[in-house]
Amino acid sequence: MNLHEYQSKQIFARFGIPIPRGKVALNSTEAKHIAEELGGKVVIKAQVLVGGRGKAGGIRLARSPEEAEELATFILGMDIKGLPVRKILVDEAVNIERELYVGITNDRNARCPVMMASAEGGVDIEEIARRSPEKIVKVYIDPLIGLRDYQSRDIAVAIDLPREYWKTFMSIAEGLWRVYTTHDATLVEINPLVITADKRMLALDGKMSVDDNALFRHPDLVEMRDLDVEAPAEVEARKYGLSYIKLDGEIGCMVNGAGLAMATMDIIKLHGGEPANFLDIGGGAGADKVAAALRIILSDSRVKVVLINIFGGITRCDEVARGILGALSEVRPQVPMVVRLVGTNAEEGRKMLADAHMITAETLVEAARKAVAVSKGELGYEHLD
Amino acid sequence: MSILINRRSRVLVQGITGHEGSFHTQQMYAYGTNIVAGVTPGKGGEWVLDGKVPVFDSVKIAAEATGADVSVIFVPARFAPDAIFEAADAGIQLIFCITEGIPIQDMMRVRRYLDQKQVRLVGPNCPGALTPGECKVGIIPGNIALPGNVGVVSRSGTLTYEVLYALKLKGIGVSTCVGIGGDPIQGTDFIDVLSLFEADPYTEAIVLIGEIGGNNEERAAEYISRHVTKPVVGFIAGRSAPPGKRMGHAGAIIEGRAGTAEHKINALEAAGVRIAEHPEQVAELIEPYLGK
Repeated sequence: MNLHEYQSKQIFARFGIPIPRGKVALNSTEAKHIAEELGGKVVIKAQVLVGGRGKAGGIRLARSPEEAEELATFILGMDIKGLPVRKILVDEAVNIERELYVGITNDRNARCPVMMASAEGGVDIEEIARRSPEKIVKVYIDPLIGLRDYQSRDIAVAIDLPREYWKTFMSIAEGLWRVYTTHDATLVEINPLVITADKRMLALDGKMSVDDNALFRHPDLVEMRDLDVEAPAEVEARKYGLSYIKLDGEIGCMVNGAGLAMATMDIIKLHGGEPANFLDIGGGAGADKVAAALRIILSDSRVKVVLINIFGGITRCDEVARGILGALSEVRPQVPMVVRLVGTNAEEGRKMLADAHMITAETLVEAARKAVAVSKGELGYEHLD
Repeated sequence: MSILINRRSRVLVQGITGHEGSFHTQQMYAYGTNIVAGVTPGKGGEWVLDGKVPVFDSVKIAAEATGADVSVIFVPARFAPDAIFEAADAGIQLIFCITEGIPIQDMMRVRRYLDQKQVRLVGPNCPGALTPGECKVGIIPGNIALPGNVGVVSRSGTLTYEVLYALKLKGIGVSTCVGIGGDPIQGTDFIDVLSLFEADPYTEAIVLIGEIGGNNEERAAEYISRHVTKPVVGFIAGRSAPPGKRMGHAGAIIEGRAGTAEHKINALEAAGVRIAEHPEQVAELIEPYLGK
């Protein structure tokens, strides 16, 4: 789960990281008032969860409260990469002398957090990593010990920070580390961390991603979730504990297990079809969950056929069949279904579905072939015995 | 024969009285696994499985009383890191954590701690291991695999079952199947298991089942090209996965340009691994390598 810039910066400030003065506005009048409070010259920043806001025109400098009002109206009417701008952050404008980068993320390979910094801030860090990786300083942090002062100092030296800023930088690094651990973040980033003309260090922009698996202990963060970035069906799926990702094809997929769900999508593609979604019903799914899954798949009007591939282990095929029958009676789908049930109680499951006019398959290859054929209009109910 | 677990393994179940724990304890027991103890804090003194398996309040007491040497964890995600620490501190040297959804920062601390103790963790978010005909620890259905000489290692659950089943339909047996799990921080990775299979005289050929995300497969490819003399057949799930989306497993995500199926397949093929186009084809590709 990703947090907005204003949310991240508010959290940063609570941990002693200096941020520019500023407030969130929902409309242009509010933006004007905030600009007046801040003394006129402000930066208006669209709060949307995508990269490249600046390039898209979502970050603009206003020289007066009137201009702030005007720009706020403009930005609040924008869509950035398909996302509507509903909130803007109005920050004091500062004179920037230097832009730096500092962030912490999880390093999968090193199996520990890594703090990264660069003397070149303000641009996409992945861009720097590609162009000139030697400009990124990395310090690995022992998860049992935490960030040590000497490590922050090493970074300050490595990015050529003048000595008079070391102390402030070390306190910012320490604050960032505490934000990262106390919020179960997978990423905390200040980009840019600036030195102003009047010799202050400020986190001009902030970014945070939080581990979804840890949200059980962060109810405050759950409330910050922005549902705009997710397709409504994905939000609905999460309610039922289903993992669903919408794609662009025509073959709806319902599978148990993430790996098998991916393999099922792959084999559809291998046979010339296009999957409409990734959907993992998880282990041991009951009839309710299966019925919800089917409803979600069928809510996509592009779906021409549904492929159900269940390898029963913990999941019982008869339970899945019960869920399918339940959903069928409720939604009365117009699209054909190809079903493959193998493993625990598969026989019982198949018997239950025998009268439900479904296309059946023994193997994964056969199931994929049939689903693709249906999606292309080459196979339909008339082919059933 | 086998790696990691066999008929002599003395298995302890953490979370034995829970919903998942009790169901799978029955399944493991029915398969022939030597379940010697269970742990559920607050239920010490009770017995499960019709009085055949004693329940203890802590792993330490259970291990001392029964000589358990393998633990399998079925406790919910918020308690699972503690359960792993407890098992390690009680002297258990092989821990399987089935639990899904453990926060990544917890797992980084767990892994760091275990590295200092020389304890092997398999998982979390994994189906466990199966040595057909001898022992099953975890949730892999026992009836879909035959005893034999193919070692199977996988990041996935049901996808592995698919492959085991395809092998069985061709009459091909398995020495041990190990599910290393789909999380970004794992206790055991492909390389650990590959080295065990390479050293196991009963394993003739190896199946590696990977998926998108991270570079575990790429590192495995490098290891295979240098250290593995046995034939390896692979399958990588997620060729059709879009970048930036987490495909169910916490670790299955293409980030930037890293972690794509194509990259992994190229690396493995360069290391001499034959890659199947779909899970059922794994059985066809491995068959010619097996001496009958």
